[in-house]
Formats: sequence, structure tokens, C-alpha cells
Amino acid sequence: MSAKPALHQIELTPTAREAERLMVICNACRYCEGYCAVFPAMERRLNFAQADLDYLANLCHNCAECYYACQYAPPHEFAVNVPRVFAELRAETYKKYAWPGPLAALFRGKRIVIPWIIGLAALVLSVANPAGTAFYDVIPHEAMVSIFLAVSALIVSAHVAGFIRFWKGAGETVSEFLNPTAIAQAAADVLSMKNLSSGGVGCTYPNERHSQARRIFHHFTFYGFLLCFASTTVAALYHFTGSVAPYSYTSVPVVLGTLGGIGLLIGPIGLYSLKRSRDPRIVDPAQDGSDIDFLGLLFFTSFTGLMLLAMRGTAVMGPLLIVHLAVVLCLFLTLPYGKFVHGIYRSAALVKNALETMRKKP
Amino acid sequence: MDSDILTSDIAVIGGGNAALCAALAAREAGATVTVFECAPFDYRGGNSRHTRNMRCMHEAPTDVLTGAYTEDEFFADILRVTEGNTNEHLARMVIRESPNSVAWAKKQGVRFQPSLGGTLHLGRTNAFFLGGGKALMNTYYERAAAYGVNVLYNAEVTALDIRDGRFLGGMLQHEGKPREFRAKALVVASGGFEANFEWLEEAWGEAARNFIVRGTPYNRGTVLKMLLTAGADSIGDPTQGHCVAIDGRAPKFDGGIVTRLDCVPLGIVVNKNAVRFYDEGEELWPKRYAIWGRLVAQQPEQIAYSVIDSKVLGRFMPSVFPPIKADTIEQLANALELSAATLRDTVDSFNQAVVPGTFNHQVLDDCHTSGDLKPPKTHWAQKIDTPPFMGYPLRPGLTFTYLGVRVNDKAQVQFGGAFSGNIFAAGEIMAGNILGKGYPAGTGMTIGAVFGRIAGKGAANVR
Repeated sequence: MSAKPALHQIELTPTAREAERLMVICNACRYCEGYCAVFPAMERRLNFAQADLDYLANLCHNCAECYYACQYAPPHEFAVNVPRVFAELRAETYKKYAWPGPLAALFRGKRIVIPWIIGLAALVLSVANPAGTAFYDVIPHEAMVSIFLAVSALIVSAHVAGFIRFWKGAGETVSEFLNPTAIAQAAADVLSMKNLSSGGVGCTYPNERHSQARRIFHHFTFYGFLLCFASTTVAALYHFTGSVAPYSYTSVPVVLGTLGGIGLLIGPIGLYSLKRSRDPRIVDPAQDGSDIDFLGLLFFTSFTGLMLLAMRGTAVMGPLLIVHLAVVLCLFLTLPYGKFVHGIYRSAALVKNALETMRKKP
Repeated sequence: MDSDILTSDIAVIGGGNAALCAALAAREAGATVTVFECAPFDYRGGNSRHTRNMRCMHEAPTDVLTGAYTEDEFFADILRVTEGNTNEHLARMVIRESPNSVAWAKKQGVRFQPSLGGTLHLGRTNAFFLGGGKALMNTYYERAAAYGVNVLYNAEVTALDIRDGRFLGGMLQHEGKPREFRAKALVVASGGFEANFEWLEEAWGEAARNFIVRGTPYNRGTVLKMLLTAGADSIGDPTQGHCVAIDGRAPKFDGGIVTRLDCVPLGIVVNKNAVRFYDEGEELWPKRYAIWGRLVAQQPEQIAYSVIDSKVLGRFMPSVFPPIKADTIEQLANALELSAATLRDTVDSFNQAVVPGTFNHQVLDDCHTSGDLKPPKTHWAQKIDTPPFMGYPLRPGLTFTYLGVRVNDKAQVQFGGAFSGNIFAAGEIMAGNILGKGYPAGTGMTIGAVFGRIAGKGAANVR
């Protein structure tokens, strides 16, 4: 329906074929339409091309309400398990839309890469002077900025390219994306994690009992990340106005960074422990590696950052700074090729969902 | 060994809506309760796991219901579909209690949703469970666990000791082992016998073999039979059941909602001999879909085929099985294993009889066939002329049976004209008291919810 005829001709992958089978069953049932955005989006369609399925899979927040409520869930012969199949399909879209492809392939499913990158990053950074007593004695400001500017340029391009590839793949044009109402709607969905609230009782994660735990820990992680980002941005502004790090404990960058850092300690630990007790029937175990890597990198970014803050007046400052920067560098490098991209594609899917809802009501 | 005897104040047989409402109400009243659910955990909840809503009276719009639906209108609907085959006192009691049942369900944690799509336009009369009946049952079971109700799965009652209408004890198979159980009072909420093909054959003859059971395979009527054998007074015609036309490719059991086909009024329906047999456009589909099961059951080999053309695609809920498609009527006939010449004749004579009109599938439109076509199609008659042509096989899909035990307004089961002091019934096993024939959608769940609570409270008062 919504997809262009040309997209229909794309052969479905085996995972997408299974997702299509489920959507045909779900579309004849529709009992779950009150749970989240996925099922009303499904009801806007009669046929499911690869583009539709990629979109629906990324709209799914994996709350699993629909699994526990499903009269056709295994052991029923229809074996409907939407959250698991959509998780598998999401992994395929992450792979398909990641850019540049060869670089993405380097990271895929190879957890060994992370310590390897940390080591390399530490090596690069250690050409600096670990015995320095001030930040920029350890590593000159220009070196730090040029390394991180280069990496940031890479990851921003990778994310923009990934987003555009996903957006076009879902049958939309870039100009359609720039719709303030739809973007505002999607932003509200993201900032509130509405699709994990299930009308206020919380989603069925990690098991069939309703709980807000995942939403709360996701908020800690998400807002922690944003606060750290804000801290870095303010610090950069300070730097260019002549105020050089380190800043006092009551300064804006340190307060923002500390609050964000606390969020990034609590959030990832919470999400990891929930993940450990997740109902195995709903999990795509193939993605555990990249999920846990991402949570681990967030945690250690914050942990080494807070350690550095606490010990910046001591002799271990130099080595700590190098380790911290290495972990941050590793986090940045893996962002476009790991779990972080779920945020890009989920947000894009939410914008598309808002657009579709508006188009339905002329 | 006495220690092996399962003892509680109340034994509830069954695991669906009525059973859990009874168990929770009895527990709220302070009684200890054991629930015997014969299905395993994954299939708990009887036919309630396939339901979606309950019909509810209301004087003004509520958070989940639009408009108003008064006691008299609700009763008029029951009177109409049952053709008077009801007990007005019990029916009105259920209707009046229905808003309380919704409120009570909410108190247990059940969530309702405003009605959206795909629901036969029931947003005014029926309160929809968020996520459907299995979500409803999950909530009740979660609440039962929190209240300390003892729930046994794979627990099939094999014998009941009933003397002079009084329950004394019983036997069950639990996880394959025999056990004895005792209780001061018994609530029977174990459904009908629609999954018992031997019993169905007694009532419907050999035609029953070709029926498909839309719901649980665990409603075999064994406890119903025990009660009748022990002298309980029966109510309802054993040959009556709720039987709709569903996709003939559905699984034998548990296919549920997705096997429903809503395209009958949009085309023609032919039998094995490729001829039409009933007015497909007699009434709006929600008012007629429940007669088509019986109509198909009366056709040779209990099969029929809905034939539509491409014009009507998108005008009905997609079904779970794809239509059988062909570019010509003859090819479609071959694909459906019908006589190509006869189907051609049937379609041609239908097309010739179509009187042009303004098609509107949401109202009783003026598209009908001219006088000489037998049977006529009185609404939504459009020529079947736009390929590809599509066919869906139809089979009788049995939802539930009406034969049950007679009860009073305290849910007490009647034995030889006298009401039992400690045997109560709720749900499908006694729904025939109110629904002697036909049912307005969602009324079974209302009866289960209201009588379940009455039975549970009554049982808790037995000394």
C-alpha cells in the first residue's frame, strides 16, 4: 500500500518472510492494536514488502506485551513471536544500512575488536606524556581536538548516511522528513519512551509482569548520555572563550558531567541486569554481544571519567586521562556499528509513524 | 493417605473467565480456593483466551464505551437473537450487574481500551480488553497468585461424588497422577462440550466430523456430563451451538479470531456443486455472520466457497489465509475443485440478474438481483467480472455449545427441581439459561463475569 511498487519487487530475506507471515496473522487478529505504535501501523497496510517490515521492526520497542497476550504464541501451531522476529529483523537492518559497509563489517559480531581498539587508542594517546600534571601536559589540546574532530566527522557522516539509507529504504523522501509536527511528535515519543510505558503500568520486561524498570533505566542512560554531551559542549565553549580545563567542581561542565556520569553508571547497570533476567523466548541471542559492549562502554566511559574527576589532583591523573580518552574514543568509533544505532532507526521510524498518522487524517 | 487429599474451602473446576472470577470473588470473601484447570499453563483460560470484549450496559459514555446502552436495549438484543429463548429474570440481572463487573475487573488490574479497528462496530456496546482475552486471563491469574489462590494446571477432574444434589468430594488426574479432593463447595465453570466430537456427533450427526472448533480443545464437557449423570437438570438444546462460517483451512482447534471471513456479503457463496444456496446480502454482516456456520453445515460435505472479484478487495478484514486466485472463473473452479461449467453458469446467471445500484457495503444498499434469481441477493449485489477472481473455502466453525445446567439467580445448580446447597455453576456451562439460541457478541463473557462472582461469593458462604 504505502510502499512503491518497485520496493515490492525486492525479494524478502528469510527473516522478513517470517515477519511477513506473522503480520498477516496479526492483521487478521488485531487484538494488540492498543499496545503500541506497531499494530496501528500494520493496520494501515494490506501487504508487507521488505520496506514495510524493516520499518515495523524498527518501530517495535521489544516490550513483549504482544507476546504474552498472544493466543497464537508458541506452542500454538501458528507460533507467533513478534518481538523476537522483529529483533532479528532489526539486526538485519542495522547491518544493511550501516555505512561505510567495509568498516561496519570489521565490527560485526567480533567482540574482540573492542579491547583491540582500546589498546590501539591507548597506544596512540600514550605518545603523549602520562607524567604530565595538567590535562594538556598529558596530551596537547590540539592533538586531543584533532583526534576527536576526525572521529566525530566519521561517526556523524556514518549516522547521517545510515539514517538516509534507512529512510529511503522505508520508501520516504528526505524532504518529507523535515516536517516539524512529525519530528515534534517523534521527539515526544523518544523523550518520554511512551512505547515502553504501556499506558502507565510499564512493559512486560524482563518477564510477563508489568514493570517500569526498563523505561526508568533507559531514561537514566539516555539522559545521562545527553548530559555528558551537554557537558562536553559547554566545556568546548568555555575553552574557546579562554577558560581552560580543569574546571571547578561547581562549574557547569563538571556538574552536568557528574550528573550525566551518574546516569551512565546506574542506567547501563540496570539495563544489563534486566537483560540478564530477560525471558529467553523473546531474545535474539545473536545481538547480546553488541548490546553488552555498548552498555559496557557507556559504563566505563562514565566510570573512568568520574575517577579522573576524583583523582585529577593526584599522580595517577595522566594514566587515568589516557584510559578515559581511550574508552571514549572506542565508544565513539563503535557508535555507528553497534547498539547505539537503534536510537537512529527507532527515531526515524517514529517520525515515519507520525507522518503516516497525519496522512491518514486529511 | 489423608494428607494426600487436596482440601480447600472451595474447589473451582475450569480455568477461564468465569472460573477465575469465581475463584477471586471467593478468595476476596475469605475462603481458601483451589482451581483445577485441565489445560497446561500455555493453554490456560479456556475459550476466554480467544475472546476480546464483554457486553456492558451503560447510561452515558464511559472511558471505554461510546454513547449509551440501556438495560432495555441490551435485553431487547438478547430477546431478538435468542428469539425469546431466554430467562428474563436472569438476563436482566446479568445486564444490571455488567457495569459492576467491568469496575470489578478494573480493580483486579484488567485494562480496557477504547475500540479501534476490526471489531464489527461494537464500540458502543462492548468493553474491549486491552490485548484481548489472553491478556485478561493473564491478569486474573497474576491476581490469583497474589491472593494465594491455589491453581493446578493439567488437572482434569475425573469423578465427582454428588449425593442428593450435594457435592462431597471428587477425583482428579494431576500431572497424570490420580488425587482426591474435597471442599465445602464446588464451582463448576468448565465450559461446554464443543471439543468433544463424539458428543457433537450424537447431536449433529456425521456432519459434525467436518466441523472446526474455533476455541480450546479442552472443552470436552466431561464435568457437564458428570453433573447431568448425577441428576442436574439440563437446559438448552444439545443441537444448538454458536457456529459461524470460517476459513476451511483453519486448524481443527484453537484457530480463534483470525480464521474468520467477512467477505460473504461482498460476493456469492456456492456449495460443493458450485450452486448458490442462500441470500448472501440478507442483512448487515454483523447481524448475519452467525447463521452461516449452520448454513454451511447443511450443505454437502459441510463445505462452501465464497467467490469474490477484485473490486471488493480492501473492503473486508484480511483473513489469515490467502485467497485462492485465478484469472478466469473456470480456472478458479478448477483450483477450488468445483465443476467449471456449473460455476460459470452460476456466476453468469448471477451477473445477469444484478440490478445496477449505488454500492455501499456499510449500509443496506440498493444493489440487488432481479426477481427471477433464486435465491436472490438482496443487497451488495455487484457483477463478479473483474479478475483476478478469488475464492475462500468455508467450513462450520463451532464457537461454543448451549447445552448446560439449570441455575437460579444465586448460581446454584438445580437437581430434580431443587437447588443445590453447595454446587454452583458459571460461564458457558450455564449460559444456556440466558442464551437459549444465538448470542449478541460479548454476552458470554458478561454472563461468565457476573455469574462467576455470584458463584464465588455464594460458595464462600457455604458452611
